[in-house]
Amino acid sequence: MAAPQTTQSQFYANLKRYYSFYTGGFIAFVIVVGILEQMGVPNKVLGYIFLFATILLYAGIGFMAKTADVSEYYVAGRRVPAFFNGMATGADWMSAASFIGMAGTLYLSGYDGLAFVLGWTGGFCLVALFLAPYLRKFGQFTIPDFLGARFGGHLPRFIGVCAAVVCSFTYVIAQIYGVGIITSRFTGLEFQVGVFVGLAGILVCSFLGGMKAVTWTQVAQYIILIFAYMIPVVWLAVKHTGIPVPQIVAYTHSLPKITALENEFNDKTSAKGAKEESVRAIFRERSAAGAARLKGLESGGEIFLASEKQALMDKLNALKAATEPTAEPKAIEAVEKALKAFPSDTVAAKKAWTAEKGLAARAAPVMHHAEPFAAAGKTPEDVEKNRSIAKKNFLALIACLMIGTAALPHILMRYYTTPSVHEARVSVFWGLLFIFLLYFTAPALGILAKYEVYSNLVGTSFAALPAWVSNWSVVDKTLMNIADINGDGIVQLAEIVIGGDLIVLATPEIAGLPYVISGLVAAGGLAAALSTADGLLLTIANALSHDLYYKMIDPNASTVRRLAVSKGLLLVVALIAAYVTSLKPGDILFLVGAAFSLAASGFFPALVCGVFWKRANWLGSVMGMGLGLGVCAYYMYMTYPFFGVNAPLWWDIKPISAGTFGIPAGFLGVIIGSLISPAPSKEIQELVDHVRYPSLAGDTMDSAGH
Amino acid sequence: MQLTERHKEYWNKNLRITAILLAIWFVATFVMGWYARELNEFNIIGPLGFYMSAQGSLIIYVVIIWYYARYMNNLDKEYDVHEGELE
Repeated sequence: MAAPQTTQSQFYANLKRYYSFYTGGFIAFVIVVGILEQMGVPNKVLGYIFLFATILLYAGIGFMAKTADVSEYYVAGRRVPAFFNGMATGADWMSAASFIGMAGTLYLSGYDGLAFVLGWTGGFCLVALFLAPYLRKFGQFTIPDFLGARFGGHLPRFIGVCAAVVCSFTYVIAQIYGVGIITSRFTGLEFQVGVFVGLAGILVCSFLGGMKAVTWTQVAQYIILIFAYMIPVVWLAVKHTGIPVPQIVAYTHSLPKITALENEFNDKTSAKGAKEESVRAIFRERSAAGAARLKGLESGGEIFLASEKQALMDKLNALKAATEPTAEPKAIEAVEKALKAFPSDTVAAKKAWTAEKGLAARAAPVMHHAEPFAAAGKTPEDVEKNRSIAKKNFLALIACLMIGTAALPHILMRYYTTPSVHEARVSVFWGLLFIFLLYFTAPALGILAKYEVYSNLVGTSFAALPAWVSNWSVVDKTLMNIADINGDGIVQLAEIVIGGDLIVLATPEIAGLPYVISGLVAAGGLAAALSTADGLLLTIANALSHDLYYKMIDPNASTVRRLAVSKGLLLVVALIAAYVTSLKPGDILFLVGAAFSLAASGFFPALVCGVFWKRANWLGSVMGMGLGLGVCAYYMYMTYPFFGVNAPLWWDIKPISAGTFGIPAGFLGVIIGSLISPAPSKEIQELVDHVRYPSLAGDTMDSAGH
Repeated sequence: MQLTERHKEYWNKNLRITAILLAIWFVATFVMGWYARELNEFNIIGPLGFYMSAQGSLIIYVVIIWYYARYMNNLDKEYDVHEGELE
């Protein structure tokens, strides 16, 4: 942004000025949109304004930061101050899943959902202690660069490229998916169109200026996303308690009340508990009926299906034929409805009745929000066993997410961009602090939203539902599904099904804020998804253009050619990613988890041993990365239902935490491989020393000028 | 290039602080997680086990990184391996 000849302190001062103006401008923009809303501009138009204004803004920053300089393109000229690198890391790190999904996950799974909060913050301790300062001192362009230089030969670099591409690509699909959902929900565009509109936003900024443009856009995106997240939550806290500190009132005010309500819902002798029980009884009945029908279908097939239909028709006729006026019109209506919805063939019947059978889940007692590893079971031994499985998986998931954090190349790459080793260390601190702001608010939001549902929504009459409930149940049944199951006209907790993403999206409405804030939240979600996607796409394109093309295929390529190849690849990768996303593949959460487990197993052992163990060598790195990735991918393939093998789990560890086995395998590979082959050369041992000391007297690599 | 004793001492001090902070990180994450049910018996700001995982451990992480950056910056200067002033 500033001319390269300015000194670092001037540059820093300029940046602070630019971004203060920017923040003020953005607030003014939101106020203007708010005024437009008051003047009666329809919500859909406001949605478009937010979508296009922010994408245009990112494109503008990208354009201003265009560059043809290799160092600027790959590492933003290595002059990003720690504070701003921290903000960029925050935006790079916090994805659509963090912004939109996390508070909902916490709402739905209570304590056990905190694995994501812990895993996605604690990992930065590993980044700070094991990697960031050393990678900065090494000071090249990509993570495979380090592997190539430290372990020698093309193979470690090549495995690094493959691992970087695989985990970044898996992760970028989840981001583009988030972009598609947000744009389609707030503007009414088709999901597929939304994906490509968002993609245009991603490309304009990374295409012209590479890492430099991505960095300055990410800082802008962080500012938007943190405002968008905080405003509604603070407002909700004020609405509930009058105190604008959600991170405290959620625990002191709302959580005790939630616990009391949970006890009441589960106590059949209390008024609320009795009503809940009446709904649960209906679900149990329907589940049992569904199970019985499924059994009949298995043995009777078509004949059973026909006889069930006949039974319904007989019932209808009997009701209609009844001369007495006791034949209620409601009962006739119910049977008619059941007949209309009756499955036409055995396949449909199996699906419908399996769903009915599954209703048993909704008959279960309310889980305590603050209870770790809540478990159910027929006998106390079963409960104990399920509880220890839940605990094991909780800790395993945390470990995978943390180590994955310290191994995802798009995050590690950020530490190449600071001016010095010291700034790299400080920038991890700023990065985690900025991430922490959102992550310690999310659990509070989960609690506040739960309090709203438990104390204000439950018990209202269906005739007078709050606006946000009726609005969202019309927009998307998977987000808000509410029906009067027991017919008493009053909402019971068991009659509500909430999709996790609803929590963040609906908070402005729950808090009674105008629509402009909903638009702001959408813009925040978009910023979170776009910023992460930017970083990921750039990582993939750089790994392919810098490591594969320049370092391995054509080391004599000119600067112009290298950048052209990188930009071309960026375009191709982005289009492939958007195409794959538009096919809507599988479960987003699993994609994210898979990316973390793969990165953790593939990179972490080799990177850490590369810095901390001089003896680690070529064979060690190849065996370590190969074994880590292999074991992790093998376990996922064998156990994740999507692949259809469904082999038994190892020690009950779920496939999302496949890294639990991949990481130790990776370390084992590095150690064994290194010990059975000769120690690395003197030059490489000197490289390790070079990396370990921020500055070393007499170090030839230091004077070579990095 | 030959490392001096001072250099080795610097690296050992770095390893020591890394190990100490890593141990704190481990306790804040895995030991707290393991005993979350037991910690919930205590009620400070809400149930302690829940509070630690939702907020307390996160604060510890931020402090760990802050302290490491500060400690290492001082160590760099003390052992004269710090980087020169920028431009």
